[in-house]
Amino acid sequence: MSNEQKSVGAYNLLFEAERERAFITGSEAVSEAVKRANIDMAIAYPITPQSESMHLVGDLYAQGYLKDYYRAENEFAVMAAIHGAALGGGRVFTATSGPGTLRAMEMFPVWAGSRQPVVCAFMCRGVALPPSIQPENIEMAFLLDTGMLMFHAENAQDYFDMILAAYAITEQPEVHLPVGVFADGFFVTHTREVVMLPPDNLKLDSYNSDYSPVPPFDMENPPARVTRDPLLNKSNFVSYAASASWHQEVLAAAERSRKYIDRFLGGSIEIENGDADILIIASGTAVSQSREAVKAMKLEGIDAGLIKVKSVRPFPEKEIAAATANASIILVPEFNAGGWLCREVKAAIDNNSRVVAGPRVFGGMPMPGEIIVDEVKKALAKSGGAVKR
Amino acid sequence: MSDKNIDIRMAGLGGQGVVTAAHILGTAVVSSGKYAVVNPFFGAEKRLAPTESYVRTSNDPIYDRGEILYPDIIMVFAPEVITLGKSHTMPFYSGLKKGGTVLINSQEAVLSEKDRAGLDQIGANVSYVPASKLAVEFTGTALATNMTMLGALCGAVTDLVSLELVLTAVEERFSGKTKVVASGTSAALDEALKNNFEKNAGLIEKNRTAINKAFEFTKGR
Repeated sequence: MSNEQKSVGAYNLLFEAERERAFITGSEAVSEAVKRANIDMAIAYPITPQSESMHLVGDLYAQGYLKDYYRAENEFAVMAAIHGAALGGGRVFTATSGPGTLRAMEMFPVWAGSRQPVVCAFMCRGVALPPSIQPENIEMAFLLDTGMLMFHAENAQDYFDMILAAYAITEQPEVHLPVGVFADGFFVTHTREVVMLPPDNLKLDSYNSDYSPVPPFDMENPPARVTRDPLLNKSNFVSYAASASWHQEVLAAAERSRKYIDRFLGGSIEIENGDADILIIASGTAVSQSREAVKAMKLEGIDAGLIKVKSVRPFPEKEIAAATANASIILVPEFNAGGWLCREVKAAIDNNSRVVAGPRVFGGMPMPGEIIVDEVKKALAKSGGAVKR
Repeated sequence: MSDKNIDIRMAGLGGQGVVTAAHILGTAVVSSGKYAVVNPFFGAEKRLAPTESYVRTSNDPIYDRGEILYPDIIMVFAPEVITLGKSHTMPFYSGLKKGGTVLINSQEAVLSEKDRAGLDQIGANVSYVPASKLAVEFTGTALATNMTMLGALCGAVTDLVSLELVLTAVEERFSGKTKVVASGTSAALDEALKNNFEKNAGLIEKNRTAINKAFEFTKGR
């Protein structure tokens, strides 16, 4: 029960508390994070494709770990209601997937616009392009400019850690933005693997909405005042200027989150063998598949390195530009057809003809290490031996 | 992508416990000190729809996930996987490594001549196991087919995991010590099943017997 848990700081829970092995799925890892996150309220909409995470969060409510929980009538209602709970000063959690994300779309910029530290887990799934409920992360492309922070988990361990870190990062008074914590459906949510967990008699210190840059719901102060009398309804210079400056403040808050991402996520990127001439840049499950490819290439005498992108928003432009400064071939494998990460990388670096866009798989198809290796070999052949092997 | 790994592809029909079998096998492998990563694949959850699950095992950490394209072992939980193409790959054995093992739950031969030729060509070791028959005989329900398939696997393959560890994993799973949630639907179903199990504590024992019988069936073949 939550009242038998001891409150500790996020740093202690994430980095100092001793951990034990558990063999659990990604969805169970989400529920283990929620169990330790001292959440006030969670709201669920259990359609397919979802994951069992919100079912398990419902179990946690029954066991007394959350103050309130209910099943809403659809995803839009979930995201609107969870916004209300956050406005009221609560620490909140929900999760969605693929089509559910799209149905709730209108609410995500609203969360950011009112500076609410909502944490939402996205179990990325196909979005009827054509109809599919299998893993792919195209929904992340649609969310890039909603104003929310976006972290992409490689595996169940990341998913557990990133959800707890999300609260620590966003509840900083100078941040206060919604955080989407993303994982590839099935590959993480339904996959059982070893996860190291801190004891479940520890929980995060409770959320103190007095430190919020916007006071809890109050009809006379922003943002509620703004919600009640939207600036856009007053067509004068002051209202436009206020709206625009508020928008700038949302963007600035994301910039200010970077130092807390360094502290609580251990950096926005992770580099393995970064001196290699061939670098793979990936996020989510594509990182795991790239690890297999790097291992296989090493056996063949091809020296390749890997950059794991943990924070997609804010995007680590400077870190990636610096890490790729000397690379000749930069490969961006992705679990979606659109190639959003590739576009982000190309926009962040100089001489972006070095970027190989792919391989890309979607609609639930696997990305065996072999197809990443094939792409590297093709790029090497094209470079005509100009690349150090 | 390494030779010392043993990768198992399980193919069956929705409702047969293909996903649960994989989670139990993974739990047993991890309890032996090795690494395992387990993941399923299915569409909308409905009975008799093609369902697959994948168990990767290794002495080293495993990163690879998703469908196993090049399995060492294929377990076919229902003949329809082969006869009706209820499989995520066609033919069902595509990608099987040379000298790989195939376990088919059927009381009669179901392979076409073409399939047999294809399997012979890669030197596959094919066994039929009457897993559903054994399940009905010793537990009273074909729902325990996943149990007998695990027993048969332990009998047929000796270097993966011991029968004892599988039996322990089964016991833990049904006694609620470890919670194996295969999917949202089965999480709800489990609650109903648990009540039944509480009324019928002997079912674990029945499952043990069925697993042992299937083990004996394939052992030394």
